[in-house]
Amino acid sequence: MLRYTLRRCGWTVVQLGALSVIVFLLTDLLPGDAATVDFNEQAGLDQVARLREQMGLDRPLAERFADWAHGLLTGDLGTSLVGGGPVSEVLSSSVGVTAALAAMTILFLVPLAVAVGLLTGLRADSRTDRVISAVTLTLTSVPDFVLALLLVGLFALRLGWLPSTWVGADDVWWQRPELFVLPLTVLLARTVCVLSRQIRAGTITALHAGYTVQARRLGVPPARLLLWHVLPNAAAPGVQELARTGDQLLGGVLVIEAVFAVPGTATALVEAVQNRDVPTVQALTLALAAVACLLNLAADLVGQRLAPRTEVLR
Amino acid sequence: MPVTPTRRSVLTAAVAAGAGLLTGCSPAGAGSSSPKQGGTLRAVFPGAGVKETMDPHAQRQFVDIARHKAVFDKLVDLDAALRPVPRLARSWSSDDEARVWRFELREARFHDGHVLDADDVLYSLSRILDPKAGDHLAKNSLSHIDLANCRAVGKHGVEIALTRPNAELPSQLAMTGTPVVRDGWDDPRHPVGTGPFRCVAFTAGRSFTGRRFDDHWNGAPHLDEVQILSAEAEARAAAVRSGEVHYAHEMTPTFARTVEHDSRVRVVATRRSGVQGFALKTDRPPFDDPDAAMAVKLLVDRERLVEVVCSGRAELGNDLYGKGYTYYPDGLEQRERDVAEARRLLRRTGLYNKKVSFYTSTAADGFAQAAHLFTEQAGEAGLKVEITNGPPESYFTDALSTGTVTNHRCGAMTIPTYISERLLSGAPQNATAWRHADFDDAFTAARAVVNDETRTRRYRSVQTTLRERGGLVLWGHPEWLNAVSRTVQGVREAPPNTVDWARFDTVWLD
Repeated sequence: MLRYTLRRCGWTVVQLGALSVIVFLLTDLLPGDAATVDFNEQAGLDQVARLREQMGLDRPLAERFADWAHGLLTGDLGTSLVGGGPVSEVLSSSVGVTAALAAMTILFLVPLAVAVGLLTGLRADSRTDRVISAVTLTLTSVPDFVLALLLVGLFALRLGWLPSTWVGADDVWWQRPELFVLPLTVLLARTVCVLSRQIRAGTITALHAGYTVQARRLGVPPARLLLWHVLPNAAAPGVQELARTGDQLLGGVLVIEAVFAVPGTATALVEAVQNRDVPTVQALTLALAAVACLLNLAADLVGQRLAPRTEVLR
Repeated sequence: MPVTPTRRSVLTAAVAAGAGLLTGCSPAGAGSSSPKQGGTLRAVFPGAGVKETMDPHAQRQFVDIARHKAVFDKLVDLDAALRPVPRLARSWSSDDEARVWRFELREARFHDGHVLDADDVLYSLSRILDPKAGDHLAKNSLSHIDLANCRAVGKHGVEIALTRPNAELPSQLAMTGTPVVRDGWDDPRHPVGTGPFRCVAFTAGRSFTGRRFDDHWNGAPHLDEVQILSAEAEARAAAVRSGEVHYAHEMTPTFARTVEHDSRVRVVATRRSGVQGFALKTDRPPFDDPDAAMAVKLLVDRERLVEVVCSGRAELGNDLYGKGYTYYPDGLEQRERDVAEARRLLRRTGLYNKKVSFYTSTAADGFAQAAHLFTEQAGEAGLKVEITNGPPESYFTDALSTGTVTNHRCGAMTIPTYISERLLSGAPQNATAWRHADFDDAFTAARAVVNDETRTRRYRSVQTTLRERGGLVLWGHPEWLNAVSRTVQGVREAPPNTVDWARFDTVWLD
């Protein structure tokens, strides 16, 4: 187990290193740079050239990357090309909302998905299962932004019960729980559905597995059977799916933040890409990637613990 | 008019103020009574992330300009017809050559109590022109100011010397990036101006809060507080419809249709707020031949473009910039579609059944749509068009060097500014690559004429030359659409960048 853990941690570091190079190269491949974008529609090529020099964008690619990597290793995320402030400030001022949104989603997601998954799994092919499955399958196929716009149209614009956006609420968002209702609903809709499908399938498999049949025959009480024998085995694919949901959530948050004007990391990232602000893009993607990698690392370790047999297969 | 023997007044406060009263004022809907005091107004603009700044000389986005308008003032601003109107400068006059200008300053107070004087103005000019500041936008257009020879005349007079004659100096001092700052000020984190609101909080990419400044020279605002926020189109639309904000800037015709029967929101549409068109590059074949360019001007179906691209919310263009603005030549016939004549010209210039490249992008609403319509219409006259798409973020800069035909648009600015920024040989945004020394000379000579009538006449001939021989196919003057909630009163129709646009000191909440 320890060797496995160390190996996975090592790989995560390598992944992050490779990712930073790829992101740097990709941002460089984007048409235009911070100087052209900054003066778009307002100035001529001379002024753009002067600004480019001022931003240090006229230096070779390798030199700029080395500078950035050196800063990163000494704990300095660099300076924003367009705002002039430290990138760490952009990160720290936006990460709170996104983290809160993601944490709350996970908090609701796990019990909801487990409950729905178990309910439908235990009563597979009953009327309840068919109704719930129909709903979850439908919701899975609705894109996040469509659902978001539908909900805004109904609950914010028509009924006026909930705020439609976060515009103007950025400093006091933690005091206004109503702001979270619609974004959370949208984030949960798809993730709960996908995850509960996995748990449903896992439950059905575990219920019909030989060891369960045997345990039942030996007179293990149903509650104990469910909690000790079915759930852990049903959860193994669920945990992997949860990690994938984490990745998906990072993408979903991107859409949600845009639709609801949430001042989070994803909004900051989109703006940085539009401004071609390479240091900010680098720092934010690396932070998001680190979260995704850590989530997957955790899922692998938990999955390993839940189903140690995979080690034998390896 | 305060005319002295050696100096001729070009424009006085009285004339301009009178003009200001006549234009742009429209009642803010039924039920607008006398202004009410107090309240916080929330306005939302398209944002630009950390790029947003409180440095008034580095302003670029509308959201910046709106915030700076709350905190700072300019010497001069523009009315709805793009004529200069006095702000911090009470009046101005020039010598016979328009080489030395004198501005008389108003009694105005900065937020820190300091009274505006000539040194503040001189410092502001030197800060704008700072050679080290790459992002000061007005630097280019004000580069002819001869800083060494500018001086204070008494406490309230400023003399601005120029290296070449220029009768348009007052309106150039009203352009983007020209607000007056306090002598020695250089800290955008703590903006101190003479404007109607003092800055109490600012977070780039998100919000700005300004509190009423009671000592403002133009009288204190009605509102206690104004918040100017950033958000994307969908969020702006939802926020103003649900009442979370009172004012949303830059809305689409689709949005205007959606809220037509909405009792909570109304759309403030400003006619003739700029231009939409196509730019033909005139420095290379085929459009180095004015006949080829004329063929394109004749083959476009302007009505259809306006109908489809602007949802009908535009006036027809006549291949001239600035309809409704001062110096726009009157009495020219509207250019109509004439496919037969276009085809004849295409044949004569050898362009018939040949292919030209159109460089477009989604940089602005309707660009790609306009390009496709153009392709259709050109096809009807026998000109083939090949469309390529470019990235929106840097489209306008890229389009300066790419493509034979490109999309063109421009917001509201004075006609001389439009020409000097877009049509002179060395102009920074010369989208039609129009480089003709005789045209440059005719324009600069016109700009140096002090007499209003003569100058207007000379500008007219410059503009008609362009309409006949140039590469601009300007088919529409779109409306500018903002949305306000019904509780907001006192919002006037005004093209962006003019004095009454994004102006919150004269607005109140019912």
